[in-house]
Amino acid sequence: MAESVDPDTSRLKGSETQPQAEDETVELQIFRYDPEVESKTEAHFEDFHVQPHEGMTVLDALIEARDEQDPSLTFRHSCRQGVCGSDALFINGKQRLGCKTQIDELSTPIRIEPLPHHPVVKDLVVDMDDFYERMRAVEPYFDPDDPPPGELEERKQSRENREAIKLSTRCIWCGACTSSCSIAADEDVYLGPAAINKGYRFYADEREGEDRKAKRLELLTETDGVWRCQTQFSCTTVCPQEIPLTEHIQQLKRDATKADLKFW
Amino acid sequence: MYEHDVLVIGGGGAGLRAAIAAQEAGADVAIVSKLHPVRSHTGAAEGGINAALQSGDSWEAHAKDTMKGADYLADAPAVETFARRAPKEVMQLEHWGMPFSRDEDGTVSQRPFGGLSFPRTTYAGAETGHHLLHTLYEQVIKRGITVYEEYFVTRLAVTDEPDPNDRTCHGVTALDLKTGAVEGFRATGGVILATGGLGQVYDHTTNAVANTGDGMAMAYRVGVPLEDMEMIQFHPTTLPSTGVLITEGVRGEGGRLFNSEGERFMFERGYAADEGELASRDVVSRAELTEIQEGRGFGDGHVKLDMRHLGEERIMDRLENIVGLARHFEGVDPLEEPMPVKPGQHYAMGGIETDEYGSTCIEGLYAAGEAACVSLHGANRLGGNALPELFVFGAEAGRHAAGVDLDPPAIEVGPDPDVAREDREWPTELGAGGAETDVVPDGRDLEPGALLGEAVAAERERVEELLTGDGDRGHVEVREQVQETMTAHVNVFREGEGLETALEDISDAREAYEDVTVTDPSRTFNTDLQQTIETRNVIDLAEVITMGALARPESRGAHWRAEHQTRRDEEWLRHTLVNWRDGDPELFYRPAILESESVTYEPEERSY
Repeated sequence: MAESVDPDTSRLKGSETQPQAEDETVELQIFRYDPEVESKTEAHFEDFHVQPHEGMTVLDALIEARDEQDPSLTFRHSCRQGVCGSDALFINGKQRLGCKTQIDELSTPIRIEPLPHHPVVKDLVVDMDDFYERMRAVEPYFDPDDPPPGELEERKQSRENREAIKLSTRCIWCGACTSSCSIAADEDVYLGPAAINKGYRFYADEREGEDRKAKRLELLTETDGVWRCQTQFSCTTVCPQEIPLTEHIQQLKRDATKADLKFW
Repeated sequence: MYEHDVLVIGGGGAGLRAAIAAQEAGADVAIVSKLHPVRSHTGAAEGGINAALQSGDSWEAHAKDTMKGADYLADAPAVETFARRAPKEVMQLEHWGMPFSRDEDGTVSQRPFGGLSFPRTTYAGAETGHHLLHTLYEQVIKRGITVYEEYFVTRLAVTDEPDPNDRTCHGVTALDLKTGAVEGFRATGGVILATGGLGQVYDHTTNAVANTGDGMAMAYRVGVPLEDMEMIQFHPTTLPSTGVLITEGVRGEGGRLFNSEGERFMFERGYAADEGELASRDVVSRAELTEIQEGRGFGDGHVKLDMRHLGEERIMDRLENIVGLARHFEGVDPLEEPMPVKPGQHYAMGGIETDEYGSTCIEGLYAAGEAACVSLHGANRLGGNALPELFVFGAEAGRHAAGVDLDPPAIEVGPDPDVAREDREWPTELGAGGAETDVVPDGRDLEPGALLGEAVAAERERVEELLTGDGDRGHVEVREQVQETMTAHVNVFREGEGLETALEDISDAREAYEDVTVTDPSRTFNTDLQQTIETRNVIDLAEVITMGALARPESRGAHWRAEHQTRRDEEWLRHTLVNWRDGDPELFYRPAILESESVTYEPEERSY
């Protein structure tokens, strides 16, 4: 017989909370725009009221507003668990994932807008092409100096190195960081934090080798790379994956400086 | 019209792997996906990838575990192809830079998972699918493979020969979500359906909102049989409020399940006296619901999963994202208290019937990944077997569609005129009541380009009707009707009367769907239109799942029947297949293949 452990049954979060009063609703002020529909060609905000419940996220509230009140309300979403990165929005003035933001942590009314600094396609849906373009620009793929040791043999990677790249590999391409960066917003040539982090993820991976590492550093420090960063930390602040983006950018700046010193 | 040698529909794990394989075989390949590839649901997989990598393990042992896990409803040629090739595919992934978790010596770590006789699950923390998806997409970028993202494929362009075995697929039609235009995509070599699962058939699921079984439904409506659809896996540990998945890795690392009496019920109530929490998923799901139904659950119907004793260091090393999931989506800190969990729909073992190369009975049409049923998982998929499946069979389908010569398949596909059809009374009229099909009318005599043109015209007409119709219903109401009856009657526990009720409810939903009209008049990014089209797919698949569940009077793997609580090998070691014949679903059977060249798998009682 297995050992029995008291699972601490006195703490039952989520199952014994009282439902909120029926008449209590939360107001959402949602950005609306549609180039084809007369009443929406001029961008504006519309108010929606939803019935809150324990654990309700902004995404849940948007789904309720759409399904119960206005089927034309348009936004991207898919996994509902913070990994697909498709529901990055500008919520009460900050870039956040709708599915990961509890409404009871926000001041009301809740203002929901599309990610800033992207063309709006419709309502909360923005055109992400420019973001994807920047991601592709950093040669975002593993590209080692040497061929693998054998068909069934891995390239060994130290636990320390895996740990060092771990946070950088968590990016879900939601675009929150790049949208929050005033430099990336003003100069569309700047790679921006997400793309630089993607480059860093490979740059710092010991399996690629020294030659590739040097080339990556060069690519990331060219005119439109890390030197544009003004260390404002907005990217790090909004990242839903808690990636220390600014730190990765600073690391690349330090390494680039050291690499330059060698030639003197 | 766009034209490529090979079109891959879907940008998740199977689709990306298929595209890379097709391109390496020399084809001009494009991916058409309703999401941007990095948004695909493969990214939500947590636990790991099984492969026999270490000395002491063997592909034979992996095959045997898989066959047993499947409750002997799998086909040996698929199982063995899978187990033999998984190690190479997993190492290939490492060679593409996948950040696997590592042992002290720098080799890829492996951990125990339910139903495995050896700890053969490789992983990257508890976010394995995220890393796998991104690693694959990086390779797609490296190779310059064309991706049409946010194009929703809605119809296959297939000729209309009377026998589905004689039909040919020449391409697809897709809705450009950004503009609302319906476009034709011609494939000169083949179309590979890699559209993933169908979780949206249920209202409590770990699956993404995008998982509406589009590929399965499209293939079904052009005559490809769907296989073993009643075999729906319910994952034992999902968060009660959202369905968010808590990986089996938690139990693999030593997490414990408790009921409200503080009992570690898997052991103490005898559900799995040897393996306890590491019994296979169907066993654990039924145990949890039994505890809840007998009054030993918590609150609104869940049990508790405790991992505090593993210690913060080990949790943060191997299960870090679980801490975040429980905090963000359930408001519980699992370092401080046990997590509430209950079973939720997780995976479709069944799907588009294919052989071990991904071919369907229609020439030029292939399927891979969760959308397909190569008959690998049988009645129950083992944790850690879905991700290697994407690789092994995605690659196979890609190569095949690109024209690589292969040996004759061991697995037969397609409606077989010699196979007995089930002639039974259903409680209600099924399907569309006859004469409805998605094949191109008069398509037999058309050139491929003209055939595609006809398919595009038909699809434009459908979209126009949905946008301008005067019906008074919305898709939400209809989809909920289906989801609710599936959850009530076609869930972990099933009984005949409930299944019949479900078929009637689905039939009502089909009728209601006739009156559905899209409210949003805009062509621009019309998600109302998209979801309305998806809802039709949900209805068709719910019906096939329920037909299979009603037709199978036994309990096997994930399929449990109240009136028939034993496995009946003498009659039911056979696959259920449902074939849409002009709107009239037909049921037939094929024996499970338990023999391979070297081994005959003898069904044993599945105890853990």
